[in-house]
Amino acid sequence: MPQKSRLFDLFFTFFKIGAFTFGGGYAMLPLIQREVIETHHWLSSDEFIELIAIAEITPGPVAINTATFVGYRTAGVLGAFMATLGVVLPSFSIILLIALFFPRIASHPVTQRMFYGIRPAVVALIGSAIYKLGKNVLVNGFSYFVALVVFLGQLLMGIPPIPMILFAAAAGVLDHYVNSDHNAINRFLR
Amino acid sequence: MSIIGKLFFTFFKIGAFTFGGGYAMIPLIQDEVINNHQWLTLNEFLEVIAIAEMTPGPVAINTATFVGYRTAGVLGSTFATLGVALPSFVIILLIASLFKNLSKSPWTKAVFTGVKPAVIGLITIALWSLGKVTLIDYKTILIFLGALFLLIKAHLHPIAVIILSALCGLLVA
Repeated sequence: MPQKSRLFDLFFTFFKIGAFTFGGGYAMLPLIQREVIETHHWLSSDEFIELIAIAEITPGPVAINTATFVGYRTAGVLGAFMATLGVVLPSFSIILLIALFFPRIASHPVTQRMFYGIRPAVVALIGSAIYKLGKNVLVNGFSYFVALVVFLGQLLMGIPPIPMILFAAAAGVLDHYVNSDHNAINRFLR
Repeated sequence: MSIIGKLFFTFFKIGAFTFGGGYAMIPLIQDEVINNHQWLTLNEFLEVIAIAEMTPGPVAINTATFVGYRTAGVLGSTFATLGVALPSFVIILLIASLFKNLSKSPWTKAVFTGVKPAVIGLITIALWSLGKVTLIDYKTILIFLGALFLLIKAHLHPIAVIILSALCGLLVA
């Protein structure tokens, strides 16, 4: 039985994450980074990127995937349940309140003006996630090469994320096979 | 089947078959909710998407809660939300319990050597496509740059950045 305080920490942390991320998905990465990696040390930065990859290749919202994974790692099945409940509860209650009392809130001028400011900040949140994760991941020619191929493959040819991740996994295995102590692709790129 | 059961299974299906989260779910939700079940009209659906974008939390949860409520009240929203969250919860639990042993193998390490930079590429695509439609004038570009500076250089908490940016919007929009 995991400690009560740890279950409460999980619930409260993911409640905060659920309550303050707009735009869903990647926009919540910096907040998860700050809370889960820097404040609570529930995951390392490396484990976090692995988790994002797992979230990409499994169905469902990234927020739920992350909450369940971190909760399970930290405090087993009960932890997974508390973290997931925490991340879902803010949206659930806010939407119910809106549906009940303020059906016109989205078109209200004050809301519109606030979102004029929030939208560019969400882009900045995604930018800061790339900066922080990239520092640990983009360390050699091979990693820059894979990131660039995925970016251009989607941008120019519209290749969806799952085939891209499978390609990258194959590239990783190939790189490992070619390179026991010296990296052939790195040499090629240098 | 009762309306509550239909809501649960429809959103379970949506949760089980959409990859990449959020906006990737919208076409499937549209197909089920408007075409198959006629729970909402197209206009109501667009209104739901606008509200989901403007409220915090995962878009899938927001949509499930709203559609559930419109269709069958609080009980409807509870079962629609439960349905959309359950598949990820179960699948991730399975993976997390298997992953403990898997992550030690050199093959898993090799796979992730490739997959980690791919994730950076995928997030950069999100940055690119969102930036293109969001950074539309000098004010939005200034808010973007200011927020980026506060996050990366000043190491400000993301929640503080969101609140500041909303205030900026109230002042300059």
